[in-house]
Amino acid sequence: MMLSCKQVTRLLSQGLDRDLGFTERVKLRVHLAICNGCTNFSEQVAFLRKATAKLADETSKP
Amino acid sequence: MEDFRSRVEHERPYLLRYASLQLRDAQAAEDAVQETLLAALAGESGFGQRASLRTWLTGILKHKIIDTIRRVSREAPAASEDEFDALFDERGHWIEMPAAWADPGASLEQKGFFAALEECLKRLPEKTARSFMMREHLGLETDEICKELAITPTHCWVLLYRARMALRECLTKEWFGKS
Repeated sequence: MMLSCKQVTRLLSQGLDRDLGFTERVKLRVHLAICNGCTNFSEQVAFLRKATAKLADETSKP
Repeated sequence: MEDFRSRVEHERPYLLRYASLQLRDAQAAEDAVQETLLAALAGESGFGQRASLRTWLTGILKHKIIDTIRRVSREAPAASEDEFDALFDERGHWIEMPAAWADPGASLEQKGFFAALEECLKRLPEKTARSFMMREHLGLETDEICKELAITPTHCWVLLYRARMALRECLTKEWFGKS
């Protein structure tokens, strides 16, 4: 059963907070291989993590 | 001792910044930092030059911030139908596919980007912002966040999901969409 984009966004987000199961990871990979929108989304939430981690340092610079 | 005190004091603006981002309440942030500085001065011997002073102080501050959050946050709102469902059609496909952001790596070098990110964070609902910042700013694990906010892991994932959805949309509009 293919995941919908909505389900993919939820799993991608959870993937940043817990270990996904094998089946979940396979389903994600299958979906991302054919969906540019979700691939972009995936990169963007990963980027959010990186940016937020840098936030305190950046905003306290003179 | 005098030297240690001034070095600690020197880190105050950084710590205040750090606490404000997490607590979003100037007075609460000020209190947390004050307690941190007092604890640091009282426990100078605990700072064995192992870590940098800033890292050591930030470690103490994290605990103070969590104490503050624990004091003020005990209500548990119901996880409702998701507001971001509107981005998808009835089959769960994007109504408007997310387009790639132009060179996000370069944004990490720009002050304006961080101002936009901070502005977007301010627009999040209180609890959503808090859970997101506990996760991504304090670097806590989900189960720790659940415990501190007295919510279930599922609720926690919903909050983090909402935060990411909202921030992604906001940054697309306020930063990556401009120029």
